[in-house]
Amino acid sequence: MTDSDTILRMQDITKTFPGVKALQDVTLDVRRGEIHAICGENGAGKSTLMKVLSGVYPHGSYDGEILFDGEPCRFAGIRDSEHKGIVIIHQELALAPNLSIAENIFLGNEQATRGLIDWNKTNAAAAELLRRVGLRENPTTQVVDLGVGKQQLVEIAKAISKQVKLLILDEPTAALNDEDSDHLLALLRGLRDEGITCVIISHKLNEVMAISDRVTIIRDGRTIKTMDLVADEVTEDKIISGMVGRDLDNRFPPHESHVGEEVLRIEDWTVHSPTQHGRVVVRNASLNVRRGEIVGLAGLMGAGRTELAMSVFGRSYGVDISGKVFRDGKEVHLKSVQDAIRHGIAYATEDRKRYGLNLIEDIKRNVSAAGLKKLAKGGWVDDNEEFKVANEYRSSMNIKAPSVGSIVGKLSGGNQQKVVLSKWIFTDPEVLILDEPTRGIDVGAKYEIYTIINRLADEGKGVLVISSELPELLGLCDRIYTLAEGRITGEVNRADATQEGLMTLMTTHGTEVAR
Amino acid sequence: MTSVAPTNADLALGTPSASEPGNSPRKFNINLRESGIYIAFALIVVLFAILTGGDLLAPQNISNIIIQNSYILILAIGMILIIIAGHIDLSVGSVVAATGAFAAVMMVNWDIPWPIALLVTLVFGGLIGAWQGYWIAYFGIPAFIVTLAGMLLFRAVTLMILGNRGIGPFPDEVRTLTNGFTGGYLGNIGLGSLGGADLFSIIVGLLVVGAIFWSQWRTRAGRQKYLQAVEPFGMFIAKIVVAAVVVMAVIIQLARFRNLPWVLVLLAILVIGYSVVTNRAVFGRQIYAVGGNLQAATLSGVKVKGVVFWLFVNMGVLAAVAGIVFAGRLNQANPTAGNSFELDAIAAAFIGGAAVQGGVGKVVGAITGGLIMGVINNGMSLIGAPSEQVMLVKGAVLLAAVAFDVWSKRRAGASR
Repeated sequence: MTDSDTILRMQDITKTFPGVKALQDVTLDVRRGEIHAICGENGAGKSTLMKVLSGVYPHGSYDGEILFDGEPCRFAGIRDSEHKGIVIIHQELALAPNLSIAENIFLGNEQATRGLIDWNKTNAAAAELLRRVGLRENPTTQVVDLGVGKQQLVEIAKAISKQVKLLILDEPTAALNDEDSDHLLALLRGLRDEGITCVIISHKLNEVMAISDRVTIIRDGRTIKTMDLVADEVTEDKIISGMVGRDLDNRFPPHESHVGEEVLRIEDWTVHSPTQHGRVVVRNASLNVRRGEIVGLAGLMGAGRTELAMSVFGRSYGVDISGKVFRDGKEVHLKSVQDAIRHGIAYATEDRKRYGLNLIEDIKRNVSAAGLKKLAKGGWVDDNEEFKVANEYRSSMNIKAPSVGSIVGKLSGGNQQKVVLSKWIFTDPEVLILDEPTRGIDVGAKYEIYTIINRLADEGKGVLVISSELPELLGLCDRIYTLAEGRITGEVNRADATQEGLMTLMTTHGTEVAR
Repeated sequence: MTSVAPTNADLALGTPSASEPGNSPRKFNINLRESGIYIAFALIVVLFAILTGGDLLAPQNISNIIIQNSYILILAIGMILIIIAGHIDLSVGSVVAATGAFAAVMMVNWDIPWPIALLVTLVFGGLIGAWQGYWIAYFGIPAFIVTLAGMLLFRAVTLMILGNRGIGPFPDEVRTLTNGFTGGYLGNIGLGSLGGADLFSIIVGLLVVGAIFWSQWRTRAGRQKYLQAVEPFGMFIAKIVVAAVVVMAVIIQLARFRNLPWVLVLLAILVIGYSVVTNRAVFGRQIYAVGGNLQAATLSGVKVKGVVFWLFVNMGVLAAVAGIVFAGRLNQANPTAGNSFELDAIAAAFIGGAAVQGGVGKVVGAITGGLIMGVINNGMSLIGAPSEQVMLVKGAVLLAAVAFDVWSKRRAGASR
């Protein structure tokens, strides 16, 4: 039943890992020239499916059939699938940072004559590709000097250079600010009009709604359904209920805050970049957090949110830091992470894999990592107490793992985040700074994280939440600060806050001219 | 994993992680990646025992293996800690030579009493470690470069101290400590067909077995009190019996020869001490945290630079211990002492299960890795194999050990 409209048909794909059925009879139909979104919770099997398609898992390691352009495909590796015109762009970009844009585009596909690279040809061809993706950069610029958004465009240019027919993007906008995201989405529409089919995996449902023609929902390794956005009158809630298998009438747990005394105040905080001499990253920022209150910090990527938080957290970022920090009304000097922890401040990083967890250790050793002193007498750790503590967090935070001896690297994103939060709650903080606490985790786990944040506030702690998702801040916070180019540009109470209003404040100080 | 008993406690049988669910369907849940090294060691011992017609396990030969490898094993203890933290130390061979030379000059040329001289030597080793630790931890130069420079620097220091000659002989006490044996304080007892054996050594052996049993029992009881899953009682007893048999077999053989080598006593203390530190001490935990994820450790309040600095100081002190043992055994400090010891110590750590990226490894593993190489060396020379064959086998074993580690990790990763 292959009609010419179907460019890709994956039929009854089953992929088994020892002990786990990652995919079971998954079927995916992609029509020529459409943008097809794949939605599903983390661990639902989206990435596995794409790895099967691109040949990372070679033919024979799975059951089922792949038809591309009507022909059955048996890929032995990525080269085979790329040869057919299937290119996958991973969430973690795979560019060589110290090579130029042009070199990256033609890596493995060098423009050579008689074995020598023809640089004029390379750079000219690269420039043409950059024009097509709307990236105004010199092809000889090193990739390391580009922002994530631009690097993404280089990846797409690279894909186009390989005569791509089917472009697969795994969470392409996860690390992009709204402006770069919009540009990327517009580009994808343009590519669609040129006849390039796109499969996009995304957690951002508003984008899925905005860009895709059809959406396939995968849950627990099975296809749930494929819907046409127009014909089936798809809504975000419809997608969510398909992903989680239940109707989520409320994405945020109900919560009423009981705001008390001020617990943290930052005054006139200024931070300079450690790498670019003289660049001011945070400028005269002042904010406060009260007990029992959940305060949001909104800002576009690069606004200095993480830099503000990390510089307060024991000067973990930045140089030439000036300003004052008050804890419970008293000025404190936080010169190191130890100082910050001692003064009851916790910072849960936005990048838990790189900065938050020891992925090769188990849950209990990660939970105890920042508060180990509490488990130690005279420098010796009581590992029975450690086990007990970790087990208590496993049940109170609902960390889904067979035991506290499970290796953290093998947990899902949501459970890893719960381990990070456990680690910080165990240090008995009075203020928690949570940087993107729900990044890259699925809808169900997000709800649990929100519940935990509410609980912390109810216990009288102050919580500062940094997030790129405005609905999240609106659903969670009592008060929201906006940050633009290192300055606090607004402070809005929940009752008065709207997405549009926040966005206006976040872009107040005339962002640099659009690229 | 709080086993504080020496090597043997983990021998042949894996230590199933205490936190594994107790109702696991497979009762004999042997973790191949962790226990593979001990199984390999047992197989190698059996192989060479057969190839040498039993000579490998003869009383005098066991004594030789221990004494001949003691300094590498001492270095391996410091090296595994550094490798766990994600660094490396290429200078230890030269530091062994420099500290040995310094000790010799103090005792032989300057007539400084030996206890003071040995203490000063340890401090000297610590200062060398502090020098390297400063550049690595606080200045931020990769350990590979700093210790490569150290390898040259401290060889030069050795030559400056010694000139181009050896210095010796050492005081009798130092020779006894480094190359001698405990006295027959309680006389001999007859062991039937095995002949006479030193009673004191055997009593020490029984005490060690008792200590293993006591500490394991206490650990198990503690875990049960906290409702942690523990291994089945039969398994627990079986492991202790295996450990007891191995300890007593070695001790009886030594008691039949010239009693316990003092360096064995020293080694046992170091192994137990450092095992406890790595498993139980806050500092030990911090080593694993630094090696597992440097940034996460920093942001969790670990004083990362301090940890790395003190690891290198520790390595310097242990290299000084090894330097004294090595010079004392030869009864002379030599300008060429310790050549390529760093490679043996690093190989021991990696054969013993350390990971190239850091964050993983055990002191007992490194000791086992060192013993594997020691037994191969000794066994092959007993059957008269030329040195190129010995090198060939040792190289192959190192590669195979790390390949196995990488392979099993990849397999574990794929099952995700």
